[in-house]
Amino acid sequence: MDLVSQWSPSMLRVARMYVPSQAVAEDVVQETWLGVLNGIDRFEGRSSLRTWVFSILVNRARTRGERERRTIPFAALARQESDDGFEAVDPSRFVSSGSDIGAWASPPVRWWEEPERALDSAEAVARIQSEIDKLPEGQRLVITMRDVDGLSSEEVRSALDISETNQRVLLHRARAKVRKALEDYYADA
Amino acid sequence: MPDPLNCRELVELVTDYLEGAMPPAERARFEAHIATCDGCDAYLIQMRETIVVLGTLPADRLSSTAEEQLRGAFRDWRAGQAPQP
Repeated sequence: MDLVSQWSPSMLRVARMYVPSQAVAEDVVQETWLGVLNGIDRFEGRSSLRTWVFSILVNRARTRGERERRTIPFAALARQESDDGFEAVDPSRFVSSGSDIGAWASPPVRWWEEPERALDSAEAVARIQSEIDKLPEGQRLVITMRDVDGLSSEEVRSALDISETNQRVLLHRARAKVRKALEDYYADA
Repeated sequence: MPDPLNCRELVELVTDYLEGAMPPAERARFEAHIATCDGCDAYLIQMRETIVVLGTLPADRLSSTAEEQLRGAFRDWRAGQAPQP
């Protein structure tokens, strides 16, 4: 049952990309687990168990999405979210001319001495959550699956059917924005 | 020897670095910069800390009805798997 609690959150998010409602996504996740139980004998150990479970999930979610007449070309969406100009840090923070061009003009500072102190901060967590909620869909999915749910890059890549590079670009953008939100938070605190 | 990185370039490479997606020469160039730049070192630490904090966020859950049904299915499955008396 532990696996169900651990993996279902990501499974719900992935299923939700293909089907029109949270209720249908829940159905798909349930069906997937039942399918896993019935088909575990066919699991050959050529991929990780988690990768196998997610591939079953995606197949079911796709089938269901087609039946419900909604398919999202996620790869297209993901490409679109990663091909415009992007700067991880506001360009005004860097020297813009002269021999030091590109060096920090206003460098970042350490937030805290002991990380665990900051982790206590419910406010920082709330700040991060609201930043994640504001991200475009692809970036939100990737950062949540990778950094909140703890899936590997390979699992995210294959579940979302995007390239490894594309996965990394979405992750980069999402993390940069969350870092900035935390930086602003600690600057105000 | 390629040109050294500047800070503005380095921050765009942090994810490649943390993901282990850099060829060795580029990795060496990255690390050489970090070793002598307090600002970029702080940036990298902030990024690592951001990832740690992300890992503490609560994940979504299945609805309790769905979870209860699944619990039942797992119980039945285990009972079916158990050796018959």
